[in-house]
Amino acid sequence: MTSSKQALAHPAASADAAPGTPPGAARGAHGRGTPAGPDSWRSRLYRWDMKASPYAFVSPFFILFGAFTLVPLLYTAWYSLHNVQLSALDHQTWAGLDNYKNLWSSDFFWNALKNTLTIGVISTVPQLLAAIGLAHLLNYKLRGSTVWRVVMLTPYATSVAAATLVFTLLYSWDGGMVNWILHFFGVNPINWRESDWGSQFAVSSIVIWRWTGYNALIYLAAMQAIPTDLYESAAIDGANRWQQFRHVTIPQLRPTILFTVVVSTIGATQLFGEPLLFGGVSGSKGGSEHQYQTLGLYMYDQGWIIGNLGKASAIAWSMFLVLLIIAAVNLLLTRRLRKSQ
Amino acid sequence: MRTSIRRSRRLMALAAVAALTTGLLAGCAKDSDDGSSNDSGGNGSGKGKITLTVGTFGVFGYKQAGLYDEYMKLHPDINIKENVTTRTDVYWPKVLTRLQAGSGTDDIQAIEVGNITEAVQTQANKFVDLGKQVDKSQWLDWKNAQATTKDGKLIGLGTDIGPMAICYRKDLLQKAGLPTDRTKLAEMWKGDWAKYVDVGKQYMKKAPKGTKFVDSAASVYNAALGGGDERYYDKDGNVVWDKSDGVKKAWNAAMDVATSDMSAKLKQFDPTWDQGYANGTFATVACPAWMLGYIEQKSGDSGKGKWDVAAAPTAANWGGSFLGVPLASKHQKEAIALAKWLTAPEQQAKVFAKQASFPSTPSAYASLKPAADTTAYFSNAPITQIFADSAKTIPVQYFGIKDQPINSAITDVGILQVEQKGKSPSQGWDAASKEIKDVLGQ
Repeated sequence: MTSSKQALAHPAASADAAPGTPPGAARGAHGRGTPAGPDSWRSRLYRWDMKASPYAFVSPFFILFGAFTLVPLLYTAWYSLHNVQLSALDHQTWAGLDNYKNLWSSDFFWNALKNTLTIGVISTVPQLLAAIGLAHLLNYKLRGSTVWRVVMLTPYATSVAAATLVFTLLYSWDGGMVNWILHFFGVNPINWRESDWGSQFAVSSIVIWRWTGYNALIYLAAMQAIPTDLYESAAIDGANRWQQFRHVTIPQLRPTILFTVVVSTIGATQLFGEPLLFGGVSGSKGGSEHQYQTLGLYMYDQGWIIGNLGKASAIAWSMFLVLLIIAAVNLLLTRRLRKSQ
Repeated sequence: MRTSIRRSRRLMALAAVAALTTGLLAGCAKDSDDGSSNDSGGNGSGKGKITLTVGTFGVFGYKQAGLYDEYMKLHPDINIKENVTTRTDVYWPKVLTRLQAGSGTDDIQAIEVGNITEAVQTQANKFVDLGKQVDKSQWLDWKNAQATTKDGKLIGLGTDIGPMAICYRKDLLQKAGLPTDRTKLAEMWKGDWAKYVDVGKQYMKKAPKGTKFVDSAASVYNAALGGGDERYYDKDGNVVWDKSDGVKKAWNAAMDVATSDMSAKLKQFDPTWDQGYANGTFATVACPAWMLGYIEQKSGDSGKGKWDVAAAPTAANWGGSFLGVPLASKHQKEAIALAKWLTAPEQQAKVFAKQASFPSTPSAYASLKPAADTTAYFSNAPITQIFADSAKTIPVQYFGIKDQPINSAITDVGILQVEQKGKSPSQGWDAASKEIKDVLGQ
């Protein structure tokens, strides 16, 4: 591993060095070495350039982050402490923690939180397991491997709206393909949109369909970075393919798996587009009994349909807190895993 | 030498980044005068071309009926651009925030009837008072009343209205042994939606396989509610949804539908509803005038000549919109002129000819001519007369600020639970009540 890294790093460095001095050397010479003489405005300018340009280069992100993330975040916090209606943005009245108290005593909120968690689990877990399996298969020498890899990524490239529209038709209770297939196995038609588990399953299947290939490609990239000599020595020790997968691939993938778990968890907590579109006309309710209303949908319903921006802001901040808790749990688990390694 | 080349490169990169950033930031504020950039050539009067924007949702039919082109021909110095947002629930919040920000609104904004009360009660000071600019007597009184504030300001000009009829499939009714003549049918359910439900029960006794009488219980609810005297608010703006007689009657009719297996259990405007039209899975649907074009489009050629239109049990209104001119419009005078022109009887008649959206100006009724293919599609039914008769007797209804969320709580929670989850009507009502209390913050 280390040897290959060096081998990779070396030609790059020498290529850089070919036209002139390597950048590292230049930095050492000018940044620290040159004494500040009386005629050194150029060198001072140069030093200022050395110090300031990195900030200039990273600033676009931070300016945009400030304008479109930080300010709205703080403004939302301010809103969440007020009674604000969408139709009267100028007339805010101080409400203190009332919005939060309302939220925590509202069945709809806890229902949405519960749905977010269950849909998150039943979509993330199978998705990542399938992704590892697929990546493992794609890692073999296959004919037309590029084709398979591109096909894997197609669902991810499809827009949520298009995918969900097709799934809505597949799952329609009268004349949908899923019920039609079930019919052959003697199963009574299921009302996929209005039944509790059916609808949650349907929503997660859209998520799984869209994201499995994406995660599989991430795993595949990580798998290809695993040095082959590990497999070779495992094979010499008499490990079969499954044992190789368990004892070589999985441990080597651990950091990647953690990364995908964190990203998928964040994605699942913010789940919004799929259930909204799956619900059709009044999708923000998440079904007649709110059976698949996620926190994202509940916030949208409160803010933009009902027009209660104060409460919607409180939901947004509660979601943020939930994410922080999940992140903390993730961090603890990561530490545990690292220690056990 | 080497360092100076490097430095200049770096400075160039820095400049490029700076230019990009400022470009990004400036990009937000530069689109207001794009119409004036192509005024060269023109008529030489020295006046720049004005671009008017019209914000609409769904299909208004102005573009389809060629009205924009016609207006631009009449007024060479005006250029019209329509900004369409397909979904009302996305369109309206956007308009609200822009109105209050005082910028970003279009020169003309369409307002749906479900939002007009909110606009009248909370946004009146953001709209031009159009009352003095037009002859108000052009419109139906109840249409004007909906867009008028307490102190008499008219903030929106009526576009179409949604007088109700029943669209039905002759072939299905015939197979079920029911009359297919539109006057006979209208006679059978005249005066009461409960009678319409009774016809449905008759239909279900001999229903052709795989078909139901109506598309959904919610559509019967909306149709019945649109003909009652009272919706969710009383005249003074108090919420009366749980005491309202109109709501009770409509709810009972819907419950009758939901519990007697005569509904195809579809949700209106869902893809599956469209499929229902294509496959002919329901025999009747309560259809406001604007729905005819939709039916024609979704049923396709297979439905041609099989559909017919009969008068609804009671005169009712469902939908319809207004055009308002925000005070933030940069070309108020021209925008008012365009809004007046678009909503004038002659233009409303043209939209009807193309789109079957029914005019809110009675003087247009005499000259109404539906498109030839629409007439043929609906078995040469006298649609103009059926809808005009309905329009003239529609009761004045008062809408409230939260009319739309209350309505969807009843249709998409209460009725849906009974219709699709087999709950009892009282359970459905309780669920809807809980939802409405949440909407009203009680």
